[in-house]
Amino acid sequence: MSVLSRCSEPRVERGGFGWLLRAEWVKFRTVRGWVVTMAAAASVIVLLGLLSASGDHASCGSGSVEVVCPSPLVGPGGEAVDDKFFFVRRSLVGDGGITVRLVSMTGQIRKPDVTPGQRNVVSGVVPWAKAGVMIKESVRQGSVYAAVMMTGEHGVRMQHNFTHDVAGRPGGVSRRSPRWLRLTRVGDTLTGDESVDGVRWVQVGTVTLTGLPRTVQIGMFATSPGDLTVTQGDLGGSVAAARFTEVTGEFDRVELRGDVSGVWRDDDVGVTVAPDGSAHHPGRAGRSGGAFSVTGVGDIAPAVEGPTSERPLGGALVGLILVIVVAVMFVTAEYRHGLIRVTLLAGPCRGRMLAAKALVLGLVTFAVALPAVAVAFTVGGWILRGNGNAVLPVSPLTQVRIVVGMAALFALAAVLSLALGALLRRSVAAVVAAVAVIVVPHVLATTSVLPDGAAQWLLRLTPAAGFAAQQSIPQYAHVLGHYAPIAGFYPLPPWAGLVVLAGYTVLAFGVAVLRLRRRDA
Amino acid sequence: MQAIIEVAGLRKRFGRTLALDGMSFTVPPGQVTGFVGPNGAGKSTTMRVILGLDGADEGHALIGGQPYTSLRNPLTHVGALLDAGAFQPGRTARNHLLWLARSQGLGGGRVDEVLRQVGMGSVSRRRVGGFSLGMRQRLGIAVALLGDPPVLMLDEPVNGLDPEGVVWMRGFLRSLAGEGRAVLVSSHLMSELEGTADRLVVVGRGRVIADAGVADLIATASRGRVVVRTAACSEAVSVLGRAGATMVVTDRDTVVVSGLPSERVVAVLNAGGLPFSEVAAHRVTLEQAYMDLTADVVEYRGAAG
Repeated sequence: MSVLSRCSEPRVERGGFGWLLRAEWVKFRTVRGWVVTMAAAASVIVLLGLLSASGDHASCGSGSVEVVCPSPLVGPGGEAVDDKFFFVRRSLVGDGGITVRLVSMTGQIRKPDVTPGQRNVVSGVVPWAKAGVMIKESVRQGSVYAAVMMTGEHGVRMQHNFTHDVAGRPGGVSRRSPRWLRLTRVGDTLTGDESVDGVRWVQVGTVTLTGLPRTVQIGMFATSPGDLTVTQGDLGGSVAAARFTEVTGEFDRVELRGDVSGVWRDDDVGVTVAPDGSAHHPGRAGRSGGAFSVTGVGDIAPAVEGPTSERPLGGALVGLILVIVVAVMFVTAEYRHGLIRVTLLAGPCRGRMLAAKALVLGLVTFAVALPAVAVAFTVGGWILRGNGNAVLPVSPLTQVRIVVGMAALFALAAVLSLALGALLRRSVAAVVAAVAVIVVPHVLATTSVLPDGAAQWLLRLTPAAGFAAQQSIPQYAHVLGHYAPIAGFYPLPPWAGLVVLAGYTVLAFGVAVLRLRRRDA
Repeated sequence: MQAIIEVAGLRKRFGRTLALDGMSFTVPPGQVTGFVGPNGAGKSTTMRVILGLDGADEGHALIGGQPYTSLRNPLTHVGALLDAGAFQPGRTARNHLLWLARSQGLGGGRVDEVLRQVGMGSVSRRRVGGFSLGMRQRLGIAVALLGDPPVLMLDEPVNGLDPEGVVWMRGFLRSLAGEGRAVLVSSHLMSELEGTADRLVVVGRGRVIADAGVADLIATASRGRVVVRTAACSEAVSVLGRAGATMVVTDRDTVVVSGLPSERVVAVLNAGGLPFSEVAAHRVTLEQAYMDLTADVVEYRGAAG
């Protein structure tokens, strides 16, 4: 095998790499087809995004009357939340606390009907059914709170402000092994403790609730989220359904400390009201002597279902294919026309030449994709909300991450395609390969083709993992949800998904450089 | 940098074919060096090794004492024309030169200069895809000249040029050498180099078989032979034969004599009383000299042989 003499780098190279970059930029901008296709990719991202948003209408009914859908309920962090529970509470002024003994947690779950028309209800408690004590700013939905609770299957937890969850000790409750729960307020600091005997206490957690008013509501609560069943679709994919459940917590030895005023009041916070004015699946509470029974339906948790703000980015895939074509051609055209030899005469350091090409392509793609994604995302979002969709709100920082992350996905995918082009040296083969590793896995994983598990593995192991950059609503460990790619949830966090894609890009680029160095041009 | 190409002991194998078999030669400045040999003799491979495009199994090729790949802004040291078709068809002539200029830190002014120099100023903003082979060849020359390099390597530069273009090219190559540049021009047709090259490196089967000035090469090929034109052809053959000469009768009245200087030939003929119309030193053409040199290394002969 012949040895190509490696380029020996002058120690101080002024301008050298910068000049190669300028050369590659001139190359890119002087082929009209590439410039037009890039512009087309940007237009496709924007137009398909706006088009899909325009076709997405939502309306809410109140009986036979169509009404504007309410905007989603938001928690203190700005995220969409569910805040529906039964609260037996009193007012507390200043510091104080509550201690209770939870002696039982029972409930019922509606299962799919066996006989049509006949409700199939079984007794039981769903894993994230909650019963415990809470201090909350007010009974207004979405207000600041902290709570210590027993759950159906996840033991004792201390949660606050919807998105935060700390695990205590596991186990359940029964009359024979009750559980003591305590929540104490000192200033803005709330401390949760639990005990199996009311004597030896274990701290579950301590949280700071900024902006908690001097007067708060303190008491016992119960709530139970819908029973989630995910069934395998006939053609792959999955269908998720949630059914009614409720939970009842039995409390006794209730002890309040501090300046507690007024009497016990019951509140069915956030209960759904039917058109006739009656409550739909209401909670309830009962009292006998010092014992309380609280039954609740709902959940206190971040919302993970609903129209998401990344929805208008669905058209990005088509734009991405156009970008892949340009990226591949940027290098394969040189092989096709023998131009690669001229390029290597101008820049004989092959690795640096390919690096200059990749950098120019990556920057151009990023610069094209960033405004296109930003417009599709922002304007598409306005259109979605204008059409009555209760889009789940996300923080400005998350919005920036989605737009910049998707532009980065485009740039990385372009460089990966370029590397494949340099390896395969043929346009069609390289385009097919790039689409097969970047686009196809995402399509397979997010349509009803594959089982959820297989879809998740595809989005962990293939370059398509980078699409995680667009996920706006995170997956919460303490909220049972249908966290599948088909529902918009990626198995990797956004940055990790981009890292996987970047890893493949670096790998392909490295192999392409090695190959370029070893072979005669 | 010294305007000189040194090639020493290049050896390269493509599978079972030995493409280069100890290729060694030097291209000095101020001259046009013809690089000739039959197709497949290793001319293009040698040029590609010099330019760092191909690797060699053994040996080295240096430009001004350095391998091509370690030259900074290589196009300002060496200008090369390898393949007249190496263009992106959608790019204009000017833009093709512009990206090359940018890669060497040169400006657009230099681009317009070389375009004028090769006579393409008027078509500079046309796409290369619509160019004739001759125009592409001129653009290729412009690429080679872009960095105003002291060393030029042109692979078959007159290919595809019309007769006017061939004349232009010859004058152009001479003027480049006249400016003190080292110019290496490959060709498989000797006639293209006649009157252009000062020196010839003749190669066959991957090695140099002759490396000399054009005049020396012709003289060597003529090998002191004498042409005798005489009506008494057969008599002349017998008397000269007795005098120790070797002869080839090339025509009814023409004999090419080797082994005797022309004065002895005249004396022998006079002594035999034989009439002759001409006794002259035999001068082979460059083409003939080349044919003689490469006769045993041509790999692909035509059917008529």
